[in-house]
Amino acid sequence: MELLDKLNILADAAKYDAACTSSGLDRSARPGTIGNTMMAGCCHSFSADGRCVTLLKVLQTNVCVYDCQYCVNRKSNDVPRAAFTPEELCELTMGFYRRNYIEGLFLSSAVIRGPDYTTELMIRTLRILREQYRFGGYIHAKAIPGADPLLTHRLGLLADRMSVNIELPSSPSLALLAPDKKKEAILTPMAQIRDGITASKQEIAVYRHAPRFAPAGQSTQMIVGATPESDRHILTLTQALYDRYQLKRVFYSAYMPVSSSPLLPVAENFKPPLLREHRLYQADWLLRYYHFRAEEILDDSQPDLDPRMDPKCCWALRHLEFFPVEVNKADYEALLRVPGLGVRSARRILRARRVGPLNFEGLKRLGVVLKRAQYFLTCSGRMMEGLRVSEDGLLRRLVALEAPALAEPMPEQMSLFGDAV
Amino acid sequence: MSWTQISCQYDGSYPGFLSCVFDCYVNREEPVEFRTPDDMCCSLYPLRAVTTDQAHAMRVYRSFAKFGAEGQRLAVRTFLTCLPDKELWLWRYLRLAYDQGPMIGRNLTDPVVDRVRKAVWHLEHEAHQYKGFTRFSDLDGVLAGEIEPKNRVLPLLRAHFCGRYPQENFVLHDRTHGEALFHRPGPGNCAILPVEDFSLGRAGAEELAYRKLWRAFYDTIAIEGRYNPKCRMTNMPKRYWAMMTEFQKDWDTALPEMQGR
Repeated sequence: MELLDKLNILADAAKYDAACTSSGLDRSARPGTIGNTMMAGCCHSFSADGRCVTLLKVLQTNVCVYDCQYCVNRKSNDVPRAAFTPEELCELTMGFYRRNYIEGLFLSSAVIRGPDYTTELMIRTLRILREQYRFGGYIHAKAIPGADPLLTHRLGLLADRMSVNIELPSSPSLALLAPDKKKEAILTPMAQIRDGITASKQEIAVYRHAPRFAPAGQSTQMIVGATPESDRHILTLTQALYDRYQLKRVFYSAYMPVSSSPLLPVAENFKPPLLREHRLYQADWLLRYYHFRAEEILDDSQPDLDPRMDPKCCWALRHLEFFPVEVNKADYEALLRVPGLGVRSARRILRARRVGPLNFEGLKRLGVVLKRAQYFLTCSGRMMEGLRVSEDGLLRRLVALEAPALAEPMPEQMSLFGDAV
Repeated sequence: MSWTQISCQYDGSYPGFLSCVFDCYVNREEPVEFRTPDDMCCSLYPLRAVTTDQAHAMRVYRSFAKFGAEGQRLAVRTFLTCLPDKELWLWRYLRLAYDQGPMIGRNLTDPVVDRVRKAVWHLEHEAHQYKGFTRFSDLDGVLAGEIEPKNRVLPLLRAHFCGRYPQENFVLHDRTHGEALFHRPGPGNCAILPVEDFSLGRAGAEELAYRKLWRAFYDTIAIEGRYNPKCRMTNMPKRYWAMMTEFQKDWDTALPEMQGR
């Protein structure tokens, strides 16, 4: 089989993995090596679906012994199968890297023969890349659940970021759709990687040249929309993963119908829940950068995110007693709670107000999105001039702000008879 | 007492501009326009031709340390931006900065600081984009690439690419400003030089094969069910596309089509 065909098959099989980041690590190439990494990461291209292409995202092989219902590579699926030899894959990576097509390699794999064998194959690839080619670029490796912990550890010493996919948001769903995978089998390597990272950090503090274990942290991914979990459940799980496993990122991937299993949503007329995925990411940002807790964003009375508005606006509307926030006095946490104010603009406000009091015109210069923020802010005790809204009007205006961007879902016909369908 | 208004003529280089700043402060003059010797246009203001003096320029440059880290960054980088009348804005900024000292880095609502800061943001953002969107071709062992930036991003890209390919010979040509970044293996073997005529050579068979592989990868990685051209264009505006391998259809022709426009 030619390299081009292999690349087509194995990139096609890997594309449903959402994680494609190259962030979390700064490293410059030493003489004799090739490749650096950037703290902020670097996108090298954007594919037709608008997602960033930063790493060469391929599978080592798509030959799989498992039969997970949601997965393209399940063994009962009739697709062409291929496998890269470690040498081939390294040559391809270096060829792409030298031409600045990519930031590094994202190596995942279907489970060929067994988890141990698969991991060994991946380790061989990464060893050639790191030791023979002296590659210093970014490597993201998938840990294979069920592999020997020693092998996972060796993989982590070669990679910059590790990830274990949690696949589905609850263990009943997992039992239903991925009968070969157990929740414990997924969480065990995740805990092992967490402990490995902590131990490695301590060793580096003592010996500067101690080997680094997954220095850019670990991430995970779950499929949204294939199973009936609520957003609240997903966010609580996400928060637990951040708290307990110290993950850098949790990725969501809207379920794409790649299988005709009777256990899954029907393929015809099924639209991937892209808007829901988007709202989940917005809520995820609130957890990671805006000091929110999952319980604040959603609760029992409201188990799902509002598709019409971003989660921060929703929170603000439910907590009007918190507003208005005085720009010239509020602390950083309070500023971050204001819709339309982000991490950057909040930091700029802190900096700029040391020079003199801020007014609305100044806020606009700082990059604050006033069309949202104006309802929740005062400058030196005054609201924006000419602004007068009731609580109902506020909801309507905020929804109207996002409406043009959300043109896709058709407006529903209002029903005279309640929700009886 | 207000300073005499003049029209300032300099050689267009950064040291030249810094010499202007030096001379203007010495002579108590306020430049209202900057021009280079090629500008044939005449002016109502008295013309002062400033000769570039490296020692004076260095003194001015060192004085930027008074502005604090953020203020210094703006003072140095504004000259690389594509802001219209950048010299004038930079002059206004420097007047303000000498007045305010390190406070200038925090005075974000001032119209002058705001203008300069946004221009520098645009420069840095473009440089960051080009770290990813630059494409090299392997031509007989030398990596060659071309970019068409609005701002002069090469000085900002230099550390990145030299840190990335320390063992490679590479050239990165800035088509807009007619200069190129050259690098040879070894410490310090790196320079940005003006280039007049630049064209990429013929691509070999291996290079064409890699381009084909990359295009195949790029086309495969997109998920059809999520097709979202608007999102792609937001993240990667079309002006970058012409120079990028994935949008060039040359894989069966021998000559790479790098003429963007």
